[in-house]
Amino acid sequence: MKNISKTTKSNCITFGIVILAYIIAEALIQTGHMSSLMEGIMVPLCVYVIAAVSLNLIVGVLGELSLGHAGFMCVGAFSSAFFSKCMMTSSMPEGLRFFLALLISAATAAVFGILIGIPVLRLKGDYLAIVTLAFGEIIKNVLNAFYVGLDSAGFHFSMKDAIALDMEAGGTIIINGAQGITGTPRSSTFTIGIILILITLFVVLNLMNSRDGRAIMAIRDNRIAAESIGINITKYKLMAFTISAALAGTAGALYAHNLSTLTASPNNFGYNQSIMILVFVVLGGIGNIRGSVIAAVVLTLLPELLRFLNDYRMLIYAIVLIALMIFNWSPKCIAFRERHSLKDLLKGKKNTKEV
Amino acid sequence: MKKVLSLCLAMAMVFSLTACSGSGEGTETTAAAAETTAAAAEDETTAAADEETTAAADGETTAAAASGEGTFKIGGIGPTTGSAAVYGTAVANAAELAVQEINAAGGINGYQVELNFQDDENNAEKSVNAYNVLKDWGAQMLLGTVTSTPCVAVAAETYNDNMFQLTPSGTAVECLTYDNAFRVCFSDPTQGTVSAQYIAENGLASKIYVIYDSSDVYSSGIYQAFAAEAENQGLEIVGSGAFTADNKTDFSVQLQQAKDAGAEMIFLPIYYTEASIILTQADSLGFAPLFFGCDGMDGVLNVDNFDTSLADGLMFLTPFSPTAEDEVTQSFVAAYESAFGETPNQFAADAYDGIYAIKAAAEQAGLTPDMSVSDICEAMKVAMTEITLAGTTSESLTWNADGEPNKAPRVVEIQNGAYELLAQ
Amino acid sequence: MSFISYLISGISLGSVYAIIALGYTMVYGIARMLNFAHGDIIMVGAFVAFTVSSTLGMNAALGVVAAIVVCTVLGLTVERVAYKPLRQAPSLAVLITAIGVSYLLQNLALLIFGANPKSFTSVVPVPALKLAGGQLTISGVTIVTIVVSIIVVVVLSLFVKKTRAGRAMQAVSEDRGAAQLMGINVNGTIALTFAIGSALAAVAGVLLCSAYPTLTPYIGSMPGIKAFVAAVFGGIGSIPGAMIGGILLGVIENLSKAYISSQLSDAIVFAVLILVLLIRPTGIFGKPLNEKV
Repeated sequence: MKNISKTTKSNCITFGIVILAYIIAEALIQTGHMSSLMEGIMVPLCVYVIAAVSLNLIVGVLGELSLGHAGFMCVGAFSSAFFSKCMMTSSMPEGLRFFLALLISAATAAVFGILIGIPVLRLKGDYLAIVTLAFGEIIKNVLNAFYVGLDSAGFHFSMKDAIALDMEAGGTIIINGAQGITGTPRSSTFTIGIILILITLFVVLNLMNSRDGRAIMAIRDNRIAAESIGINITKYKLMAFTISAALAGTAGALYAHNLSTLTASPNNFGYNQSIMILVFVVLGGIGNIRGSVIAAVVLTLLPELLRFLNDYRMLIYAIVLIALMIFNWSPKCIAFRERHSLKDLLKGKKNTKEV
Repeated sequence: MKKVLSLCLAMAMVFSLTACSGSGEGTETTAAAAETTAAAAEDETTAAADEETTAAADGETTAAAASGEGTFKIGGIGPTTGSAAVYGTAVANAAELAVQEINAAGGINGYQVELNFQDDENNAEKSVNAYNVLKDWGAQMLLGTVTSTPCVAVAAETYNDNMFQLTPSGTAVECLTYDNAFRVCFSDPTQGTVSAQYIAENGLASKIYVIYDSSDVYSSGIYQAFAAEAENQGLEIVGSGAFTADNKTDFSVQLQQAKDAGAEMIFLPIYYTEASIILTQADSLGFAPLFFGCDGMDGVLNVDNFDTSLADGLMFLTPFSPTAEDEVTQSFVAAYESAFGETPNQFAADAYDGIYAIKAAAEQAGLTPDMSVSDICEAMKVAMTEITLAGTTSESLTWNADGEPNKAPRVVEIQNGAYELLAQ
Repeated sequence: MSFISYLISGISLGSVYAIIALGYTMVYGIARMLNFAHGDIIMVGAFVAFTVSSTLGMNAALGVVAAIVVCTVLGLTVERVAYKPLRQAPSLAVLITAIGVSYLLQNLALLIFGANPKSFTSVVPVPALKLAGGQLTISGVTIVTIVVSIIVVVVLSLFVKKTRAGRAMQAVSEDRGAAQLMGINVNGTIALTFAIGSALAAVAGVLLCSAYPTLTPYIGSMPGIKAFVAAVFGGIGSIPGAMIGGILLGVIENLSKAYISSQLSDAIVFAVLILVLLIRPTGIFGKPLNEKV
């Protein structure tokens, strides 16, 4: 009984942090105390928090390494932006349009999650990692050579160039290869982002504490033992991948509707981005959902706050990354922390509080 | 627990770096946070983070406003790190040079000019962040962004704020969707169309193969316009070989295809980095067609250590040539070389002209730094169409209300390792 | 005739991938870590060779030697400072550290050498070979690249099989704990592997830039990823696997560029990888993973 109440308490704290952060940020925005940079970065923060939490479902809960998470975001971003762009001329109200776009992004990404989930059933460890990386690169590469136009005769597709679309005069090119989709309506707001974060947290945390979630974690801890007690490995692995992909897809939709231009370039949906999301997860603690939220916020803000360093910014960022990893995991550092940290103090406080 | 500690460490690092005087405070926050329970610690740290960042940002804004009394604040955005850094750096350098010259000569309307150039890593999202940083700094006008995709994203933002935007090198059509945006360079379709016309009129070749970067807006934009115009002009495009940003070091396949197709000319609407590889590889394949490029080709002779004899006979369309003999170009090239130790490329020239265009238009409109961003924008929109600038990319640059520049394209041929201007 | 030409340039590209993949595969086999910074060591090697032979104007051969020395020292330093403290840490932590090192090297190079691309003068003095009456031209770099990669694979295989140090490597990759009990210096062996891998990266960097003569701080990352794919293709940890994987990858990439779509060649390469792994989950030469209950 004590155990359950502890997780519930922990989950409530996670939700509390997000809501509190929202209230503080929103208050600062409303009273005009927030800088434009901070105001502008709020939606991207939501995007990365959702991406990190959803990746933690694969890495932390299912225990598989994925290097293609940006691919799911990319699918979600393009499918939702495509829908919004097509619907822009219709009389659909903006709120409904964005809601549908979010659903579409989640659905499309989920389909891709199942597709990539199938090889997962045969592969393990680093081999799986490379397959997910390959998947992300395929998505990016194909989208860069993908042309869709719309004219009175309907949709035209091409995988070569815009000329091959053979469009009538007056038709519009919706996806123009590497130039992607321009003129996406900017429907993303901080409030919608926070709502999506709360939904994501709700889904993931509830899954973790459910029967299904415990089955997934049993697979992580010992696949053979899990199989022997009758857990359906295929079903649960696919379930984790699909849910994670769908959530990442909504993150992509949020991203796509925050900027008026959407391209599948290496720096926003390439493997570097997947790795960045993985860094959030690892730094926040594998399997620790609240940690992912905080790490995503801190690490997204870090390069922006280091802007005054100009060209030295990314250098410092790299050093911080290495230093944090060594600080966290090196045996010598762990020993040092145990000797010199405030742990004893903390323990005293903790005990008094828990009693 | 160690996660919390590590995050505290990260935050402490951020604070000690952000707020110079506040580093002591940052450590205190960490210590205080660490003493409470795990959950509360995180909670407080997050809250503290919010407060402190805003406080720091506020401090900067007020400080900037105080020191910025009576100066024009021009923001600049472009990639100074990442794989497109070469373009952003050129723009940042040239803009800085122009601002220094203007300040030395008494500023704009008697007011000094401040330039703040922010990095965007050629990423639309980072570019919008950079724009917001500039807004916090108090930028009144924007020179940027350097690359097309971020430019489209930032243009939507400047339109919302009604801030005047002049992109030195954002070539995509969509960069000028809104009326507050102008550009110094040619648009992609213009370059493609003019190239096809020039090739056909001068009878340079009839069988053309195109190598272009399909992952680049600039390159594919020119290619599309070129292909359309080539058909009108009766030129035959015997094939096209696209490459992508991930795949831009090996062109042997494309060159072999061009050779097999019997191409007389290879059209290269790409940047000079890749072009230098293509020229080298064509040479090692023993294949020597005519090569024709666009303004991105400018700078090919300055690639460190490039065997310039390979570029002999290469023709390209460019508004800027560092060897042009007019006085503006000469003094710009000399000043740039002495300041940065390299020959300026076309991006640098566009940025240099951009700053001078801002100066000319601001003087035309009689702007003063105490005007609001929106008022400046409205005045600049009108003034830009009224000025004529003798710049490095054209002797008489004018702009139309769409934001497109009017300037004559010049065709340059490389002969004996030097740029030679061809007669029109 | 053009098919042969595509094939040869594919093999040449694949040979470079193979040399890079060898470094990946050896480090993975012994340290069980994906060294994402490997691609950037290639870049450092190319820059050192460039500085010595072009900027300082010294002999090209000297440039290659300097590149090998600098990269070896760099590899050892990175291993000592960033990876060794994390030997007992979860593999993900090491992966992130390697990514940090990769960013660090890229940004250092950007600050030192600037963003302007440099044209790398080929260090290969071999003239192009003309066959079939000039219809088929094979450049000197291609020939040298292929020859060098074959030599490297043969020498490495012999080293691992015949020498004491090589056998120590095999033992460590088989079972680190048991190797230590048998008196093998595990840390020394891992350091040696990093040294060899980094030296190979230097060679690969020089060859890569000789064949595709451009030099920027970011040239290493994509070949690095492709070589990683090649290593997995052949079965990560296997020396002949890395060679075969590299060459196959280069050939597939070039042929799909030529006959299918030059824009989609990467997608095709990655799709073939996924198919191979679906059929053989541990790559072509990989040992099947045994699950212990």
